[in-house]
Amino acid sequence: MASFGNAFSSSIGKKLIMGITGLFLILFLIVHVFINSLIFFNDGGQTFNQGAEFMAHNWIIRAGEIVLFVGLLAHIYQGLRLVFENRAARPVKYAAYNGSANSKWYSRSMGLLGTLLLIFLIVHLSDFWVVSRFTGIPTEDALGKEDLFAVMVDKFQNLGIVILYVLAMVSLAYHLLHGFASAFQTLGWNHKKYSPIIRAFGFWYSIIISVLFALMPVAIYTGIIK
Amino acid sequence: MSTENMNLTLKVWRQTDNKAQGNLVDYKVSDVSPDMSFLEMFDVLNEDLITKGDDPIVFDHDCREGICGACSMYINGRPHGPKELVTTCQLHMRSFKDGDTIVVEPWRAKAFPVIKDLAVDRTAFDRIIAAGGFISVNTGNAQDANAIPIPKSQSDAAFEAAACIACGACVATCKNASAMLFTSAKISQLALLPQGQPERYRRAQSMVAQMDAEGFGNCTNTGACEAECPKGISLENIARMNRDFYHAKFVSEEEV
Amino acid sequence: MAELNANIPEGDLTEKWTKLRSSMPLVNPSNKRSIEIIVVGSGLAGASAAATLAEMGYKVKCFCFQDSPRRAHSIAAQGGINAAKNYQNDGDSTYRLFYDTIKGGDYRAREANVHRLAEVSSNIIDQCVAQGVPLAREYGGLLDNRSFGGTQVQRTFYAAGQTGQQLLLGAYSSLERQIGMGKVEMYTRHEMLDVVIIDGKARGIIARNLITGELERHFGHAVLIASGGYGNVFYLSTNAMGSNVTAAWKAHKKGAFFGNPCYTQIHPTCIPVSGEHQSKLTLMSESLRNDGRIWVPKKKDDTRKPSEIPEDERDYYLERRYPAFGNLVPRDVASRAAKERCDAGYGVGKSKLAVYLDFTANTERYGRIEANKHNIHNPDKATCMRLGREVIKEKYGNLFDMYKQITGEDPYELPMRIYPAVHYTMGGLWVDYNLMTTVPGLYALGEANFSDHGANRLGASALMQGLADGYFVIPYTIGSYLSKELATKPISTDHPAFVEAENAAKATIDKFLSINGTKSVDYFHKKLGKIMWEKCGMARNAQGLTDAIEEIRTLRKEFWSDVRVPGTTGSFNPELEKAGRVADFIELGELMCIDALNRNESCGGHFREEYQTPEGEALRDDENFSYVAAWEYFGDTQFKLHKEELKFENIKVAQRSYK
Ligand SMILES: Cc1cc2nc3c(=O)[nH]c(=O)nc-3n(C[C@H](O)[C@H](O)[C@H](O)COP(=O)(O)OP(=O)(O)OC[C@H]3O[C@@H](n4cnc5c(N)ncnc54)[C@H](O)[C@@H]3O)c2cc1C
Ligand code: HEM
Ligand code: SF4
Ligand code: FES
Repeated sequence: MASFGNAFSSSIGKKLIMGITGLFLILFLIVHVFINSLIFFNDGGQTFNQGAEFMAHNWIIRAGEIVLFVGLLAHIYQGLRLVFENRAARPVKYAAYNGSANSKWYSRSMGLLGTLLLIFLIVHLSDFWVVSRFTGIPTEDALGKEDLFAVMVDKFQNLGIVILYVLAMVSLAYHLLHGFASAFQTLGWNHKKYSPIIRAFGFWYSIIISVLFALMPVAIYTGIIK
Repeated sequence: MSTENMNLTLKVWRQTDNKAQGNLVDYKVSDVSPDMSFLEMFDVLNEDLITKGDDPIVFDHDCREGICGACSMYINGRPHGPKELVTTCQLHMRSFKDGDTIVVEPWRAKAFPVIKDLAVDRTAFDRIIAAGGFISVNTGNAQDANAIPIPKSQSDAAFEAAACIACGACVATCKNASAMLFTSAKISQLALLPQGQPERYRRAQSMVAQMDAEGFGNCTNTGACEAECPKGISLENIARMNRDFYHAKFVSEEEV
Repeated sequence: MAELNANIPEGDLTEKWTKLRSSMPLVNPSNKRSIEIIVVGSGLAGASAAATLAEMGYKVKCFCFQDSPRRAHSIAAQGGINAAKNYQNDGDSTYRLFYDTIKGGDYRAREANVHRLAEVSSNIIDQCVAQGVPLAREYGGLLDNRSFGGTQVQRTFYAAGQTGQQLLLGAYSSLERQIGMGKVEMYTRHEMLDVVIIDGKARGIIARNLITGELERHFGHAVLIASGGYGNVFYLSTNAMGSNVTAAWKAHKKGAFFGNPCYTQIHPTCIPVSGEHQSKLTLMSESLRNDGRIWVPKKKDDTRKPSEIPEDERDYYLERRYPAFGNLVPRDVASRAAKERCDAGYGVGKSKLAVYLDFTANTERYGRIEANKHNIHNPDKATCMRLGREVIKEKYGNLFDMYKQITGEDPYELPMRIYPAVHYTMGGLWVDYNLMTTVPGLYALGEANFSDHGANRLGASALMQGLADGYFVIPYTIGSYLSKELATKPISTDHPAFVEAENAAKATIDKFLSINGTKSVDYFHKKLGKIMWEKCGMARNAQGLTDAIEEIRTLRKEFWSDVRVPGTTGSFNPELEKAGRVADFIELGELMCIDALNRNESCGGHFREEYQTPEGEALRDDENFSYVAAWEYFGDTQFKLHKEELKFENIKVAQRSYK
């Protein structure tokens, strides 16, 4: 009987999972950063809260959220597994290892950057997602929408949290500086004409997304956005 | 860049056999000519060790012109040393300077066990080729060589992939000890040629399976292999291998 | 002993092979499975033979001393492989390839063999392309050709400067396929130390596992030696460090005659020796002579930089001596001319043992053409040189890079310094038409046999011969021997002959380790090389050769009493391997000198100073030396000469002239 056999347990299959889930997360981040950037209207969070409500009640988004969550778990599980397997592939380490001569430090540190992101995600999800989805948002805004913005403003009064967020976004930037183009390579999309475009796009994507995200806690903490 | 003779300190990995514990041992070499190759510097050191009654350092080498792929030293944290696009045997001492300390280690990977000192066992590569790195054509079965014209660009691309010398520097430098560059070079060479089409997807599957079975790590696209490969084998080959693998697993109905 | 019988089939030259092939006794498929064949060597000859024999159904064991069959020294061949395809429509044919090869070999090769080689040459290209060997192509998608020395047609197929590598990887992939199917057992890092002879027939080998040091016995109904050439007898050569004569020499000592040992090819364009530490020499492909002009200063001991020497003070000696062929004379001629100039005191560089290979003139010429293409009129010299450099880079970029890497000089700025170096050995185990040595069941293929190249090999013919032997000759010819061996059951390796051979090998190894002298193996190898190079190299004379024989004998005594081999037998011990190889080289060196002394004529690569024309060209003596010298071993450097008369029935023997 024909089946997919060992497609996903092979080295390339594992990569495929990383790549697809990674790209999915990248797509998600676009939506996420778009909605969140609504706070920059600086209208006391009204536009943002509307966006958040749409996100919370649109069934496509809700279904996508499940996929996203499964994907994230798969990405994390597979990513960590790769880290350990790959470490085992070289039981005796080099006494002298000059990695910077041939590759970027962040390309070699995807596991570390990912783990930092994981820690951040735990904090982040329990701060916002758990609140909005399960425990409930305590207040409503002027238009009677759930005031997620207020939750945000509240959280970002804490300097520690702001620093954590900014550091996490630095990690995200580096994770994506490698990850974006890497995912395309994994999927086999390497082309003399298109790859430079992908790399350039990935570079700007990583920077812009991370900077936008990082600006949010900073702007709120410093009171630029109220 | 030195033009004068040099005095150097070497820290060389010594290990009597596969089971033994190894360690780095210091050696002084003096009056090293900048015209010497790195291996000739080792010859001089070995000559010295032999006359002193010590065991000379074992390392793999044969052609000494950068084509057989035997030489394999990890020099100051880089496979084949500091210069790009050269093998250890083509690295010359003028790339170092007087007073340098040079650390020399064997390739390190689970799939490349150390045999002795700097020599490792790379037969895993042969087994990967045996798993499918060929076109099944018995002697005498060939049609005229010009029967199938092949676009020059394609033939050149196949040639570039075929230039791999199986030195293993890609595995040695990869932080994951992955053999993807080597494996993909062969898969690509044959995938690019019309003669390679009939077995194209079978080949990708069986070679990847063998590569995995040998205990190499997984590729994370750091690009270190491409940067260190003495023959400039491109990462495009890995992408091509991935494509062929997906095709084999998700498009083709044949199972291997 | 009677005249040697080469077993050349009867009939017209062009029919011999076809007829033989179709009348050869066959072995039926089920019988093949119970026949075991040992192949020593995994170069072009060994790998192609092992793969093909396994495809046919025989059980094959293949041996090489490298860690992978793919690293055999065939990998290093640069230039190309000949075949009489006539794809360029320039009048090539089987006959022309046959003729060029015989003439290039200075009429010292066997007609029937060379014709067969030319006949199968086309099949080789077909086979390799089918295997996926990426030979160079033109924009139309068809195969491209180059021209090589000594011919007037373009019949050389190539893959950039890596032809040997690509052909070997093709043969290697076929071999690995058979290994994967379990039809070939591959023994890497194994060195054959002896042939086992039972009842006069080759029945197996003794091999040392180079990692564990264990001696192993392997049975075979037939044994094929494809162990390459012995150029390393000169210590410095373009051969790989491990290239050796041991397998062939051990076979010789067990009864196989050694053919034409003194025929050595010295390649004219190699990177010169840079110092005492030099361990090997690097070839700069013959193709460079297409665009490089060779010269030395007209003034002795001229210390000026090459660029400071004006045109009229340069001696383009090849163009001067050989106006018709100029820089493209055959290898032996070009090498001798370089030596002559350097010996006369006109050499360049620190060592004075080098001549210039200068690309300036052609760079400028190409530049002018390019300038025209770019619509630049009356370009100045700098512009021409800049544009021309691009053209040169396109053609020879990898060679220029290699030169720069090794010498530290930029050949785009300065002319290359080159000097001849030992490159190939035309001599080897004597074989008959079926590639069988004088020991039944023992065959020799590739560079290891005395081959089809006579006294001088043309460029791009060794790859052709190795693959012809392995893919297309031995698979047929071995059948006529094996068809008579069907009743022979595998012989137990406990047979006394195996035990005896193993004990002898062990005794030699123990002896090496017990001498515990004061000098390393390399010391003796270098010394041998020096004797050989000076007295049995590019030019030889009776006095020198007589002295050399004496010196080698003394060296041999010294070696066996003062060599120091460190380490143990039961471990990976490259010094021990080297010791065995050098011991054999010393014995071979003596035989080479004896052969060179015996051959009182000059032919091809063998130049005896006493036998030259007034202009200094090689002077053959067809009356007395139109034979293959096949030497029989009688123990302790006693050799007996047997002659195989060469008959030229299809070619008119003439004096080679390149003037
Ligand atoms: C630098 C260079 C460039 C050349 N360029 C060209 C060219 O352009 N065109 C051309 O036609 N020819 C060229 N030649 C010549 C040609 O490459 C060789 O003659 C040919 O490849 C020899 O092939 P082979 O199979 O006989 O031997 P090799 O390829 O030398 O193989 C010998 C095999 O025997 C094994 N072996 C040896 N001894 C033992 C032992 N004792 N026990 C076990 N195994 C053993 C080795 O491991 C190896 O596998 C060139 C040669 C050199 C050196
Ligand atoms: C928003 C969060 C994340 C995004 C957008 C993201 C995105 C990506 C992308 C695009 C890749 C490249 C995939 C490839 O090369 O094929 C990648 C790789 C990786 N990710 Fe993430 N990731 C995220 C979170 C995490 C987390 C939480 C971990 C946890 C450990 C992690 C671990 C890794 C690892 C180890 C790799 C390298 C694997 C490889 O390249 O094969 N990532 N990620
Ligand atoms: S891909 Fe490059 S580094 Fe890897 S084995 Fe081949 S030649 Fe060596
Ligand atoms: S010794 Fe052959 S590549 Fe270095």
